[in-house]
Amino acid sequence: MAEIAYWEAIRRAHDEEMANDKLVIAMGEDIGVAGGTYKATFGLYDKYGPERIIDTPISENSYTGIGIGASMAGMRPIIEIMSINFALLALDTLINAAAKIHYMSGGQISCPIVMRTPGGTAHQLAAQHSARLARMFMSTSGLRVVTPRGPLDAYGMLKSAVRSNDPVIIIEHEQMYNLKEDIPDEEFFRPLEGAEVVREGSDITLIGYNYSVHLCLQAAKRLEADGISAEVLDLRALKPLDRESIRKSVEKTHRVLVAEEDEAPVGVGAEIMAVITEDCFYALDAQPVRIHAADVPVPYNAKLEKAAIPSADDVYHGALKVMGKI
Amino acid sequence: MNDADKKRLLREMIFYRRFEDRTFEAYMERKIGGFLHLYTGQEAVATGVLEMARTGQGADNDYVITGYRDHVHAIKTGAAPREVMAELYGKETGSSKGRGGSMHIFDASQNFMGGYALVGQPFPLAAGLAMGCKHKGTDQIAICFLGDGANNQGTFHETMNMAKVWNLPVLFVCENNQYAIGTHINRSTAVLDQYKRVCAYDMEASQHDGMDIDIVMEASKKAIDFVRSGKGPYFIEFMTYRYRGHSMSDAKGYRTKEEEAEWQKRDPIKIYTERLIEAGIIKAADIKTMEKEIDDEIENDIIKFAEESPEPKVEDLTKYVLDDNPDPRWVGPLHK
Ligand SMILES: Cc1ncc(C[n+]2csc(CCOP(=O)(O)OP(=O)(O)O)c2C)c(N)n1
Ligand SMILES: [Mg+2]
Repeated sequence: MAEIAYWEAIRRAHDEEMANDKLVIAMGEDIGVAGGTYKATFGLYDKYGPERIIDTPISENSYTGIGIGASMAGMRPIIEIMSINFALLALDTLINAAAKIHYMSGGQISCPIVMRTPGGTAHQLAAQHSARLARMFMSTSGLRVVTPRGPLDAYGMLKSAVRSNDPVIIIEHEQMYNLKEDIPDEEFFRPLEGAEVVREGSDITLIGYNYSVHLCLQAAKRLEADGISAEVLDLRALKPLDRESIRKSVEKTHRVLVAEEDEAPVGVGAEIMAVITEDCFYALDAQPVRIHAADVPVPYNAKLEKAAIPSADDVYHGALKVMGKI
Repeated sequence: MNDADKKRLLREMIFYRRFEDRTFEAYMERKIGGFLHLYTGQEAVATGVLEMARTGQGADNDYVITGYRDHVHAIKTGAAPREVMAELYGKETGSSKGRGGSMHIFDASQNFMGGYALVGQPFPLAAGLAMGCKHKGTDQIAICFLGDGANNQGTFHETMNMAKVWNLPVLFVCENNQYAIGTHINRSTAVLDQYKRVCAYDMEASQHDGMDIDIVMEASKKAIDFVRSGKGPYFIEFMTYRYRGHSMSDAKGYRTKEEEAEWQKRDPIKIYTERLIEAGIIKAADIKTMEKEIDDEIENDIIKFAEESPEPKVEDLTKYVLDDNPDPRWVGPLHK
């Protein structure tokens, strides 16, 4: 066991997978000589060279496409997109090609790419660097979408993603790269499907994914002081979604809140609410609550930004509402 | 190339034309749905280029990728014509098991990596396939066929740049038929000679007559040798013409009968037939027999197979959305 940061966990997964298999390569802007915007490939350029740690031009659609093409020829590219906002430029190759080639070829050709990208708000990065597009990938058939909440999953899910034959989108988070956690020294893998109860509780279920899991955990602590026992469920994977774990937890607590950093309309939370309605309507003792970002482009002004983005405090108050305490 | 090869090439081009004509009929009978883009008039390009490439040998083939006008490219690369036809019929026995249709013919067993509907999308995919070849150290190359219109997509420029910087073994074949649906190239494109556009990336490039298969083969051989020898990417442009509308619903109001007639004077099949007759390789009477054999094959084997094949089962609707066979190298619970 050693305590390592989220970025180190990603770096270790890159290193091990590249050492294990020559067909694994990494591509992205500034990932080589510069060592990576979030150091995810730090030092690996010297170890694996420019043919495997590939510094790309600022051509997201086509370098993602090149990664996809290489994957069709048997390679295992890990494609870094510096910010999920720039992934919008790669949507044609991702959504129209990678997500569909396996299906429209009748299962003949796989696109085993991994696309890693931070997708959340940081501090005052303003509208064009604060997109949270989880919902868009979540609604695209043919992709896997995972949202590691800490180093353990960041490492283990990246390793599984490299070995999966499907295109996997890994949504990381600017505010989590320095988050630390103990992880085993031996090699291990974490599944690309399945939610996880990260805190047991009996009165209410707080559902989160990616960064919002941490908001839920902070809120759960405060609720405990109020004598409310909150269970926290990390979805881990948005696609495929683990409906069963949602149902189990809601049937246990009978009360539920969904916390997301995305805007609400047609968002991840909307889908989870639909699942709750369809799968465990009669288990509910109270009206569920969604905590989400305001329906605005993320403002630059710090006060406005704070008002737009959900906080642990919002989750706490939302939970009190579900509990009928306010 | 011996006389038998020349005869075979002529037969192939006639076959492609009759094949496409027959899909047109099947479309009219509503046996084929969706969009259908025919290759009629451009046969010498795919036939000539791919004759010089490594095809028909399965996993050792060069990689081939193209747009939606893909039937002939798929067959010449090695896909079985009956499976291509069955795909057009949406059958389980089709090249893509009925999931792709006319614009998405795939045959992984022959390294035919697909037809794509999004104009310009195959550029980077081709460069990626080439990157795979280079990385694995094989002497395969990737060949990307696209139209003149595709060169106005951003992917064109991004990919030409990366293909050159990374010295990728990829051949870009531009089939310049001068139209992007109903828009003539001189209304959409600042530089009419497409091969000139890659000089910005210092890429090797040339332009040739795409109606004469001998010229196509000679030029392609040079380009393919260049790419295969590790010298980097090559952009080759062929001047050609599509006789039919862009797809089925096209009245061709944007061009004149005179222009069409002018191009048809230089029909690729006509040019090559005359040449072979003149050289005494084939007799005019042989052509009739050849056509009869082809029509019989299309009707009695290809169409019959497509007609009689089963449709995919509705229970299999979500089959192939994700890969059902995780990587065999994987140890342990990957997904669950
Ligand atoms: C990204 C995208 N934009 C627009 C279209 C619609 N479209 C289909 S084919 C085509 C023209 C392409 O012309 P060209 O590349 O010259 O190929 P050709 O059809 O002549 O073979 C257009 C505009 C599309 N399929 N994809
Ligand atoms: Mg054209």
